[in-house]
Amino acid sequence: MKKLFSAPFIFFILAGTLIPMGVVAYYGLTDRTGAFTAENILAVFSGDHMKALMLSLLLSLIATLLCLLIAFPLALILKDSRLGKQGFMIFIFILPMWMNFVLRTMAWQVLLEKNGMLGFLGIINTPVAVVLGMVYDYLPFMVLPVYNAMIRIDDSLIEAAYDLGASKNTVLSKVILPLTVPGIVSGITMVFVPSLTTFAISNMLGGGKVNLIGNIIEQEFTTASNWNLGSGLSLVMMVFIVISMAFMGKFDKNGEGTMI
Amino acid sequence: MAKDTTLIQMKDISKSYDGEIVLDEFDLNIRENEFITLLGPSGCGKTTTLRILGGFTKPDTGRVIFEGTDITDMPANKRPLNTVFQKYSLFPHMNVAENIAFGLRISGKSESYINDKIKYALKLVNLAGYENRAVTSLSGGQQQRIAIARAIVNEPRVLLLDEPLGALDLKLRQEMQYELIRLKNELGITFVYTHDQEEALTMSDTVVVMNKGYIQQMGTPEQIYNEPENAFVADFIGDSNIFDGIMIEDRVVEICVHKFPCVDEGFGRNKPVDVVIRPEDIIIDKPGRGVIDGVVTSNVFIGVHYEMCVDAGGSEWLCQNTRSFPVGTEVSLNVDPENIQIMNKPQSEDEEAISLEEVLGEELKEE
Repeated sequence: MKKLFSAPFIFFILAGTLIPMGVVAYYGLTDRTGAFTAENILAVFSGDHMKALMLSLLLSLIATLLCLLIAFPLALILKDSRLGKQGFMIFIFILPMWMNFVLRTMAWQVLLEKNGMLGFLGIINTPVAVVLGMVYDYLPFMVLPVYNAMIRIDDSLIEAAYDLGASKNTVLSKVILPLTVPGIVSGITMVFVPSLTTFAISNMLGGGKVNLIGNIIEQEFTTASNWNLGSGLSLVMMVFIVISMAFMGKFDKNGEGTMI
Repeated sequence: MAKDTTLIQMKDISKSYDGEIVLDEFDLNIRENEFITLLGPSGCGKTTTLRILGGFTKPDTGRVIFEGTDITDMPANKRPLNTVFQKYSLFPHMNVAENIAFGLRISGKSESYINDKIKYALKLVNLAGYENRAVTSLSGGQQQRIAIARAIVNEPRVLLLDEPLGALDLKLRQEMQYELIRLKNELGITFVYTHDQEEALTMSDTVVVMNKGYIQQMGTPEQIYNEPENAFVADFIGDSNIFDGIMIEDRVVEICVHKFPCVDEGFGRNKPVDVVIRPEDIIIDKPGRGVIDGVVTSNVFIGVHYEMCVDAGGSEWLCQNTRSFPVGTEVSLNVDPENIQIMNKPQSEDEEAISLEEVLGEELKEE
């Protein structure tokens, strides 16, 4: 009986995840004639691809770090404020997340372009604009798990630390920070993975001048019509994602990252 | 026993939350080396008192004086007191030894000193060898003892314990009570302890019964039990029969239209009073031999003795006796004069606030 009830779920897993992944793996490991080849995988080491991958890694790392630097103090403030407890402030921060992210990125495009309000910055079509886009789009994914981890810290733990003579900084570094680690790890994964694979942000804010690995894969599937190469590169990216997920699973036992 | 030097003085402390008064011009002196218990129902202000002492809550008015120094505005991390929190509040990301070492590391003690202290403290709380255990793997009682160990290694002058036994089951609670007495004797420091149940009596030098932000009575456990100052204290500490009585004249009180000899004087003539009689002080005898006759309406064996209700012409008397009188037995009740406690009825507004009827009303509302 139990198996019967889980049938729809198994069907969706099969049809929505396992079969498509199998297809990607098939295309990635074969050439146009259908013969087995590792070339599509090894193609990642070619000059252009490697450059794009490195740039992707660099920009997404910077974006993740910036998100963390913004989210941690923000979560601290939200935790302490009365508003934070009522969930209103956090609601305000999550609100943009419900708007289509292409629209949000487009808004930045309009703001940053030459004649835009922020055109004087001159960062449109540079990696800076792409990082800005990543931070803006994915910041809520960092704030929420960090905030969730932080509000779970019992106030009496913080009082106990003060009681034992701890200064504000000690409380922060010895109690709050270590207890927020699961949330931080979730946040890092949830910002890093989509940043690493994005192509929309770099398309819109990079103006074709910032080529990330996501853009290369997209081009292989669209303009270049080389599904095999696109699939091969996708498989390589999947390795990075699996590593990130494993990293998250190790630290985030309470599933803070799943609370979005 | 406690010495007579005052260690902490709380003067005129008032505190209200959102307009609700929790402490009202509260005064309390805590002597050196004293085991003082703040006793009262939830919401009586005992935890707030403790938090003001610990430095977690600022009083609206009033001062806290520690050995002559005003510490009212001193932050918690500078005070020479340590708190054992109700919820233990052990750091879940640290093991037992790291938890205990927390305060010592902050004050910059050497590692060898810290290790000695951890060993000493764990031995003191009967948990030797638990250094590397994860705190989350410990039982409630063990966590409680680690919390105490974590506090005492800092050699505080005063240990504040906020309902430390509240979350433990009866058996553990009794064990921990004895441990606390032993600790207090071995360490020679002042214990301030809050509790919401009468059992805290056993280990205290001084008991402060609180209700609605006022001290109802302060004294030794014997004084509190044997000579409760008002109906609230009598009702809160142990079982008691509380009657409306009339002081006919000196040494004679009328309860339920029967005259009882008593030992109190100076209330005046025909004055309405509260009368408290402990159930174990009621002498049950054959009909006609006592002062007031009645019929046993219930009888429950509760260990050492039987607890019986006697209906005597409409008034109900709770009696405890080692002899059992079955339901339906006709009996006669008597009380030795010295076992009848006469108390003035609350009159002033302050006293009114603490009258028993109101307390009972509140309890009903909460339920």
